[in-house]
Amino acid sequence: MLQGSSLACVRGDRRLFKDVNFSLEAGGLMQVRGPNGSGKTSLLRMLCGLSNPALGEISWCGTSIRALGGDYFATMTYMGHLSGTKDDLTVVENLCISSALAGIEVSESQAYEALKHMGLGGRETLPVKVLSQGQRRRVALARLLVCQTKLWILDEPLAALDVSAVKLMQCLLEKHLEQGGMVVMTTHQEIDITAASIIQLQLA
Amino acid sequence: MFLWIIKRDLLLAVRRRSDVLTTLFFFVIVVSLFPLSVGPEMNMLRTMAPGVVWVAALLASMLSLGRMFSNDYLDGTLEQVLLSPQSLSLLVLGKALAHWLVTGVPLVLMAPILGIQYDLPAEALSVLTVSLLLGTPVLSLIGAIGAALTLGLRGGGVLVSLLVLPLYIPVLIFGSGAVEANMAGLGYDAHFSLLGAFLLVSLVFSPWATAASLRVSME
Repeated sequence: MLQGSSLACVRGDRRLFKDVNFSLEAGGLMQVRGPNGSGKTSLLRMLCGLSNPALGEISWCGTSIRALGGDYFATMTYMGHLSGTKDDLTVVENLCISSALAGIEVSESQAYEALKHMGLGGRETLPVKVLSQGQRRRVALARLLVCQTKLWILDEPLAALDVSAVKLMQCLLEKHLEQGGMVVMTTHQEIDITAASIIQLQLA
Repeated sequence: MFLWIIKRDLLLAVRRRSDVLTTLFFFVIVVSLFPLSVGPEMNMLRTMAPGVVWVAALLASMLSLGRMFSNDYLDGTLEQVLLSPQSLSLLVLGKALAHWLVTGVPLVLMAPILGIQYDLPAEALSVLTVSLLLGTPVLSLIGAIGAALTLGLRGGGVLVSLLVLPLYIPVLIFGSGAVEANMAGLGYDAHFSLLGAFLLVSLVFSPWATAASLRVSME
């Protein structure tokens, strides 16, 4: 379970949010909402352990994520604003290397299958720099297919995606939640996902 | 995973050969400028050779430091590296090692050829090569700390030289000192032992310090 208690975030002199509390159970989806600059990305970066909350504590199954360190990273996949793909590497190399760094060795055939599923069939050996913004996002999202981690933290996963890719993403998220996974995401688009429990976290 | 990051960085270097070649050509040109400008006075060239080659190696290695983390930072792969279950120190060590393979090793291989311009005797050439072989990994390892500290800063390139160059001084002194001692007919074992000691200390200390700086820079 992912739990946050009385989290606060300070950037410079400004306090972005305080007293944020939530508890996310297996199979639950948490949508973080709020206007631009309200600290959605900051909260997500805290949840994945890239930055420390100014106040409060984030815990995973009862233990602080600070104390868990690498064990927590192994159960989580974070996808930020930046696609995390290397322009000079091919699509399939990007997928294999990024999942290897996440601790999961993927065979080439698995990678090809995941890319095909993400609608990148036939483009596996192209360098990422020739792809469009939406296709890059698909390359990044393909990592979710191969790395079966429990917790997904997704920052604007739908940005730059076309209608069919949004549908694909929706199915992917629903399947993950059905299998007992957890998702924390921010999005400005309306997305219709059925899940055992849906938490809406509104940042002021 | 350690091997994956080395493999990745080497693959990237192969795809972007220009980056590697700039460093190497910078080294070659700087070293070759001195005999051309000073003139063909053999004795003088021989005395200045170790210092010139070492300073050029230092600057060449520093030239490529900016790219060590900044590309990964800009495309978001650094975030993924930080969130890897593997220890960050080990991954950083892999990156420093890849940096050395790409920038340090070509310098080591070129040094004996460039040394001929300075009329260095064969033994001094081999001492120079071995001193660079021991010293250039230290440059990459120390440089990694500077690169991590200045990550994402404007004008980071100048700052990195101010941070890192003072730390390079001991390596420079004992690296060029080994060659001078050899040419003066003295033993150079002590110099090599000290360079080896620097290498071991930086192998242990630098990945840890770099990892800590990266975490601070990424917050």
